[in-house]
Amino acid sequence: MFSYIIRRLLHLIPVLIGMSLVVFAIIHAIPGDPALMILGEHATPGALEALRAKLHLNEPLYQQYFYYMLDILQGDLGESLRTKQAISLEIGSYLTATIELAIAALIFAIVVGVNAGIIAAWKRASWFDYIAMLVALVGVSMPVFWLGLMEQWVFVDKLDLLPSTGRFNPREPVDGITGFYVLDTILTGNWAGLQDVVLHLILPSIALGTIPMAIIARMTRSSMLEVMKSDYIRTARAKGLREFWVVYKHALRNAFAPVLTVIGLQLGSLLGGAILTETIFGWPGVGRYINDAIAFRDYPVVQSGVLVIAFLFVMINLIVDILYAYIDPRIQYK
Amino acid sequence: MKYGRKTMAILSAILLTASLGLTACGGGDKAKETAGKPEQAQEQKGGTLIFARGGDSTTLDPQNSTEGETTRVTDNIFDTLVQYKKDSTEVEPALATQWESSPDGKTWTFTLRENVKFHDGTEFDANSVKFNFDRMIDKNNEYHVGGNFDYVISQFTAFKGEPGAVIKEVKVLDKNKVQFILNVPQAPFLANVAMPFFAIESPEAIKKHKDKIGQHPVGTGPYKFVEGGWKPNDTITLEKNKEYWKGEPILDKIIFKVIPDNTARLTALKSGEVDLIDGMNPSDAATVEADKNLTLYERPSMNVGYLSFNTEKKPFDNPKVRQALAMAVDKQGLVDAFFAKRGQAATNALPPSIWGYNKELEAKDYKYDLEKAKQLLAEAGYPNGFETDLWAMPVSRPYMPQPQKIAESIQADFAKIGVKTKLVSMEWGTYLKKTKNGEHTMALLGWTGDNGDPDNFLYVLLDKDNAKPPAAQNISLYKNDKVHELLIKAQTTPDQKVREDLYKQAQEIILNDAPMVPFVHSTPVLASSSKVKGYVPHATGSEKLNDVSIEK
Repeated sequence: MFSYIIRRLLHLIPVLIGMSLVVFAIIHAIPGDPALMILGEHATPGALEALRAKLHLNEPLYQQYFYYMLDILQGDLGESLRTKQAISLEIGSYLTATIELAIAALIFAIVVGVNAGIIAAWKRASWFDYIAMLVALVGVSMPVFWLGLMEQWVFVDKLDLLPSTGRFNPREPVDGITGFYVLDTILTGNWAGLQDVVLHLILPSIALGTIPMAIIARMTRSSMLEVMKSDYIRTARAKGLREFWVVYKHALRNAFAPVLTVIGLQLGSLLGGAILTETIFGWPGVGRYINDAIAFRDYPVVQSGVLVIAFLFVMINLIVDILYAYIDPRIQYK
Repeated sequence: MKYGRKTMAILSAILLTASLGLTACGGGDKAKETAGKPEQAQEQKGGTLIFARGGDSTTLDPQNSTEGETTRVTDNIFDTLVQYKKDSTEVEPALATQWESSPDGKTWTFTLRENVKFHDGTEFDANSVKFNFDRMIDKNNEYHVGGNFDYVISQFTAFKGEPGAVIKEVKVLDKNKVQFILNVPQAPFLANVAMPFFAIESPEAIKKHKDKIGQHPVGTGPYKFVEGGWKPNDTITLEKNKEYWKGEPILDKIIFKVIPDNTARLTALKSGEVDLIDGMNPSDAATVEADKNLTLYERPSMNVGYLSFNTEKKPFDNPKVRQALAMAVDKQGLVDAFFAKRGQAATNALPPSIWGYNKELEAKDYKYDLEKAKQLLAEAGYPNGFETDLWAMPVSRPYMPQPQKIAESIQADFAKIGVKTKLVSMEWGTYLKKTKNGEHTMALLGWTGDNGDPDNFLYVLLDKDNAKPPAAQNISLYKNDKVHELLIKAQTTPDQKVREDLYKQAQEIILNDAPMVPFVHSTPVLASSSKVKGYVPHATGSEKLNDVSIEK
């Protein structure tokens, strides 16, 4: 197991290099002079030339890439053209916001998806099964932005139950230590703040988590149905074990490996769907950070932001693979 | 293996409990309480105002900003020497109590307000004014950092010492007197100095933070920036400056909050999460008006949307053709159809909110009259009309929300008088470049004002100085020497009454020549909770909020 993890980590190196090459190539394929973009139309030729030299724009592409990698290895992600701030400092607060939202969405997706799938398989062909699978079908095809606006319309506009935007009530701001506000409020014992933060998480995490939830529900159901047919389940039942334990303990354990794969894959789509969710719910996350940067042609932010997201994505896949190997020992990685 | 099984059992248990927990959190009054918490204070004074907008500020250094989302915040942190009145673009005293210009218009002397302190406790005086302007206009100044100081170029032509620079130098006469020496007289000088970009920052703060001053703004304005109060893309928190020279502001705090989606922002207003929003969909205005808990505001319009004729290309070099086409544009119809009636039909490139507007011309404007248009076309030698292109912008702007549809509508009207047009569109950057280069025949475009001076509309859009491809702002390439003479004279005359008269004359000539058809001054709408009192939206797009209060 240990050597497997080491090997997987080593595999990451070429993947990350490839990724940085792709991001670098895409950014540099965009037409236009970045120096002109930065300094604006009133720039003097001298200032333009000086900036080009500073940004290494006059040198061949492979050398530019080399400088770029050198900076990244030193933890320097460059400077935002818009705010003139170091991206490595800026991106932190956006990342924690997105990760917190993604985790909440994932918890929602797993809790609801797995349970719905299990019950649907357990009570096969019952009304619950039909409704759950209908919801799953609709859920998969539901655009995130539409769902988000509908949620706001129902739960905020009509029922006035939940806050619609942001991470907390700005009138009662929450202190940040780690940037994960759920954790921060627990650490500081700010229970009112915790409640506020959790309430703010509900609508966006449902919007973001619905598609993964639907996919997980369907995967769990079919995987469970498969497992429930096996001999050992019949044995368990024959032993007189209560049905609940048969399903949740014996069947779920074996049905879970494929579900885990799906969960891992869905994490990627969570990061993708984050832009829309963050826009609708005023969530100050990394998706919007990159989106705004594209609108303002803030190339260093786009470049570094995409790279950071890609890095996260690769790391998540790694963790899923390791978990997979852990849960299903039949899988041997050579 | 054993351990794994246990984990799975625990995991399932967590999943079940968590699902119960989530449902429990979902309902009840507690949620409501946190979502729209009523303010504690019972009286008018105090309270927190949450102002929701579509985007975040890029910097809080007003001298280095070019966009409205920054100005909206910095207007409340900083003061300028003179400022625009609350409800117009007329200039009134701010940090300077009096000013006078020399007869040749090249020397401006400002008498400064005494006993004004920056938020960091340092004193405001003539030296701080000199320090700020030196920072802005002198490229070699040690503190000329943190950005490009774009507005120095756009309002004063060039940096100190460069050809064309308007400001020669800034002199300290005594503690409360400062003098601006100009290379050339500039009539809009005072209106320019009132722009938020020329706000006075604390010299001590600039020395301390240098190029990072945009994260640590220190001014003399009604509200102070709270250190650590800027959560990027989320909120910026300001608290009241109890020592504000105009008297203590009413509110305790102002929070500028970013909610990018227009619909979500309105939802947040309705639920009481925020108190004031801008950037509404015009179509939502009716919903707001119908809701007694909300108040609708119209921001006075300082823009113009127009159809430009390239007066250098046939047949648009013939004024009769242009006049005929002007009669075929149903201005009121366009305003009703595409601006949800939030706007007014234009006569002029100059909006009525700006002084110098010639109201008399409204009666002389081209009426929508297809018969008369046909007749004029025949007189011009085109009894059967002609074929040409109509360029439509690819992006929506406040002055042009649906350019393609507006173009289609104009196209249909033109067809009725025999003028067949082909709609042309291209990428926005290319569109601007090609129109500035005079490559179009007819093109839709617009302009939003910067400083409330007529010069900022008429000289920019219609003077022959700006009709030079490839960088023509006057994309009609309209060149009239009489107009030029009037506009230049107005530019160099310090007396506003005289200037007003000159601009009125120029507008009349322009109307007769019809180099463009200005058809709308659009009106942006805002909304607040009806508890918000005293908010007056300003034409420039940002305003000081020291007179605003929240009931109960």
